[in-house]
Amino acid sequence: MTAPTGPAGAPRGLSTQVTAGVGSSPRRPDGTPKVKGEFAYSSDMWMEDMIWGVTLRSPHPYARIRSIDIGAALAMPGVYAVLTHEDVPCSKFYGLEIVDQPVLAVDTVRYHGEPVALVAADHPEIARQATKSIRVDYDVYEPITDARLALGHPGWNQVHNAPGAVSELSRERAALHPQGNLVRHLKLRKGHSDPVADVVVGGEYEVGMQDQAFLGPESGLAVPTGDGGVELYVATQWLHVDQRQICAALGLSPEKVRLTLAGVGGAFGGREDLSMHVHACMLALHTGKPVKMVYNREESFFGHVHRHPAVMRFEHGADRAGTLIYVKAEIYLDGGAYASSTPAVVGNAGTMGIGPYIVPNVQVDAYGAYTNNPPCGAMRGFGSVQAAFAYEAQMDKLAAELGMDPVELRCRNALTEGSQAPTGQVIDSPAPVEELLRRLQAIQLPPQRNADADLRDLPGGVANTTHGEGVMRGVGYAVAYKNVGFSEGFDDYSTARVRLEAVAGEATVTVHTAAAEVGQGLVTVEQQIARTELGVHAVVVHPKDTQVGSGGSTSASRQTYVTGGAVKAACEKVRERALKAIRQRTGHATADLRLDSGKVISEREGVIGTLADLLGDEVIDETVEWHHRPTVAVDPETGQGFAHVQYAFSAHRAVVDVDTELGLVKVVALDCVQDVGKAVNPQAVVGQIQGGSAQGLGLAVMEEILISGGKIKNPSFTDYLIPTILDMPPMRIEVLEYADPHAPYGLRGVGEPPTISSGPAIVAAIRDATGLPLQRVPVRPEHITGT
Amino acid sequence: MEFLQPATWAEALQLKAVHPQAVPIQGGTDVMVELNFDRHRPEFLLDLSRVGELAQWAPENGHIRLGAGVTYARILTELSDRLPGLAMASRTVGSPQIRNRGTVGGNLGAASPAGDAHPALLAAFAQVEVESVSGLRQIPVAEFYTGVKRNALSPDELIKAVLITPPTGPQQFCKIGTRNAMVISVAAFGLALHPDRKAVGTGIGSAAPTPRRALEAERFLAQSLTDDGLWEFRGALPDATSRRFADLVADAASPIDDVRGTARYRVHSLSVMARRALIWAWNDFRRV
Repeated sequence: MTAPTGPAGAPRGLSTQVTAGVGSSPRRPDGTPKVKGEFAYSSDMWMEDMIWGVTLRSPHPYARIRSIDIGAALAMPGVYAVLTHEDVPCSKFYGLEIVDQPVLAVDTVRYHGEPVALVAADHPEIARQATKSIRVDYDVYEPITDARLALGHPGWNQVHNAPGAVSELSRERAALHPQGNLVRHLKLRKGHSDPVADVVVGGEYEVGMQDQAFLGPESGLAVPTGDGGVELYVATQWLHVDQRQICAALGLSPEKVRLTLAGVGGAFGGREDLSMHVHACMLALHTGKPVKMVYNREESFFGHVHRHPAVMRFEHGADRAGTLIYVKAEIYLDGGAYASSTPAVVGNAGTMGIGPYIVPNVQVDAYGAYTNNPPCGAMRGFGSVQAAFAYEAQMDKLAAELGMDPVELRCRNALTEGSQAPTGQVIDSPAPVEELLRRLQAIQLPPQRNADADLRDLPGGVANTTHGEGVMRGVGYAVAYKNVGFSEGFDDYSTARVRLEAVAGEATVTVHTAAAEVGQGLVTVEQQIARTELGVHAVVVHPKDTQVGSGGSTSASRQTYVTGGAVKAACEKVRERALKAIRQRTGHATADLRLDSGKVISEREGVIGTLADLLGDEVIDETVEWHHRPTVAVDPETGQGFAHVQYAFSAHRAVVDVDTELGLVKVVALDCVQDVGKAVNPQAVVGQIQGGSAQGLGLAVMEEILISGGKIKNPSFTDYLIPTILDMPPMRIEVLEYADPHAPYGLRGVGEPPTISSGPAIVAAIRDATGLPLQRVPVRPEHITGT
Repeated sequence: MEFLQPATWAEALQLKAVHPQAVPIQGGTDVMVELNFDRHRPEFLLDLSRVGELAQWAPENGHIRLGAGVTYARILTELSDRLPGLAMASRTVGSPQIRNRGTVGGNLGAASPAGDAHPALLAAFAQVEVESVSGLRQIPVAEFYTGVKRNALSPDELIKAVLITPPTGPQQFCKIGTRNAMVISVAAFGLALHPDRKAVGTGIGSAAPTPRRALEAERFLAQSLTDDGLWEFRGALPDATSRRFADLVADAASPIDDVRGTARYRVHSLSVMARRALIWAWNDFRRV
């Protein structure tokens, strides 16, 4: 496990003296360089002799390509290569779950921004200018931009009782793909098919398209290896699934396509799909030169998938005491032009679609559709975010109808350990839904606004739009849950290689996984686990690459659970071997040896010696592939089954001040209670909750990719707004630790739940302040003013 | 692209005369965005940041001469008392980093209807001083904006300074954005009361092809205050007056729907801002 040689800015092994293990918050090994601006992100890489790759993208959301003329571009001085689909060596299509997306458009473009051709030149400006010389003759079609229409559902669907009709209809519709426009239909059927209830509330809801808005644009460096292979340094979320798709496109074996994780500037799901990966490799192999590609901010909006926009219709029925009797829901998710992870997003939206409540009768239909909108796929919260806006709005509506307190209604119906999820799955670890809400209620509300409040504390801020006029306060609660890890029968695992040796008289551990560090702090967690399990101080985190087995995706709140589990298991094996060797070497027959603080300790005899001394020259190296307990595919007709390995719960209370005349919102407080099973790194846990809450706030009040006729209208941070420090209040956070007996250290995934419950709480608070129904997010000023 | 970097104003004017197509750049907060997004590839960039006198301000003949290269950050810290409306607008410009670079001269050069300085300049009846090798002229700011991102400069002219008379009455500036900081305006409104000449100044931003005054609203309010003797007595402002003023401000706008907001919302928000700004300004006026 020697560190690779490569370009400047390529990652090196991270090393720090961790002073603490699991349950503490040591400094992250990449923290200081990041704060000092010395950390090399993927866009910072540099290599002698490298050239630059640039992508030509479709200006149309839907068109047939009649011809592509690359002659003029190729003739430009400084241009090394101009490639089209004809140059894709092997499979011309790729995809995470369904192989349907062209590496470069073949004869049709299906979304605005779809890659059509590539240019490599000795300067990025020359490459950009050369793309303008490529002449593409398009026959422009009318785009299909409405998910329900794409499926042939002109109104809310009537197919509850005729589920087969959907795909038939979609086939009649102008199909964007040979198999029709339906990517997936998840049917959930539990209890009676035609339940009745005393009190019934219904509503239609809509969620706009959110962007991950990571700060580090898509970028990487592909280096030809001379043996016909290629090394790719890239910012990504899942090296091995990238490698699989790159190999298929290039027609190369995995040995010939080596990937190393470059510095990642945020991901949030947006790096789960390929972006410039194959393109850079094609250009590198074609030119024999290292090729760097970096999207700019505008291109980045076209270069990754977004959160699925959703339209939803819900109906809740309850008895007069407020006990839920049934929930019916239809959820339409617009997957855009290619499938990406739409099938799994639909699975989550459907199986998690009614919230953390006990409901005996459930009918959910979740659909994912192909349209000519930008492709949508993974984003933090993954299908659960959209549904939560609807089901939590419904709970408030039902509470109002019943004259009940919204928190009381939620507590009355809260999921508990031992109860059944809508999939029929019995919740077999703590589910403290009620406690989260009760604890939130007990947190003191912020004081009323002062008459002479600072402008920065008012809606509109220093833009000076109100001195208190028209401002109303509102309070809203929401609770949500999220499945952790990959679900529905996916064989979800991670691989860890752990090596223990004495280096310069000190016992040192090297942890090697391919699990992507995207900013969340997995490298710190890997060190903490190794320290706890092996009782050493020095832990080196090897660069993340494909020289070790798959770490699985950095998504689904799964890495601390699954890669953490793998590191723990590998450490246990290493420990077992080390102690066995030490027993043999020292003649200690006792089985009571343990490792702590760099020493080998016997319970009865005390310190036997330092681990470094006792190891001597021995190098103990173990690799473990660790799988979480299996899940199953749900029944295709009923959605029933043990679909999810773990659930994670969070709840938010939002307090907002709304300028009701101008429609401007100031979130005054956004407090959160979340159960994390075990806080492996408490500071990082709080960071995840703060960040996730901010991302949920963004979707609630400002973040939306605006699309008109299939075209993105705001591909910039000038017009795609994300919250600033004046939009995001300081949070009060309570972290609960109810261990999940099935998980390593009892931990639960942390990253996603706060993104799910924060937004609905904020919208509930805005409803409370304004009395408006507000069925669409993000809530824009004109929704509040009615203008 | 050639980079021209004059050290003096005279040299800058010479270069602009020789290269009228040269794009002036000062703080770069507009020009560099255009360059980075590949929207423009000007043949010449004329960097004015070395021309020291542009970064000066000074009182002169009863007004403030504000050099075109004075940053928003300096307006905030050095001129809040003398140019309150412009300082309020400056506070809403971008982020601290942008305010350290951006200038009023740049705002005028770009002439975007969304430029934050414009409503304040309009309300204060500012003059724009421009110069070329063939001479100096002063243009009332309301005549400076000639179209979407177009201004009254001749190709060989450069913006030298803005001349603003310090206020004799209260000034206000309000701006709508869809987040609470660092945002381009959806609609903006500037107001200045000029009791010395019994006049009212207004400025509307982001709600028409150019920044513009609400002339009917100005005339109505000035006349109402005169008719009611309020300039002298400083009595309570009749509710009907502020409402009518707000309606007339809204009537003066001719906004469009775009990604930042709808035309209807812009009109509505202008009326709310106009009424609130007037009430705040009037209350200040009564307190003096």
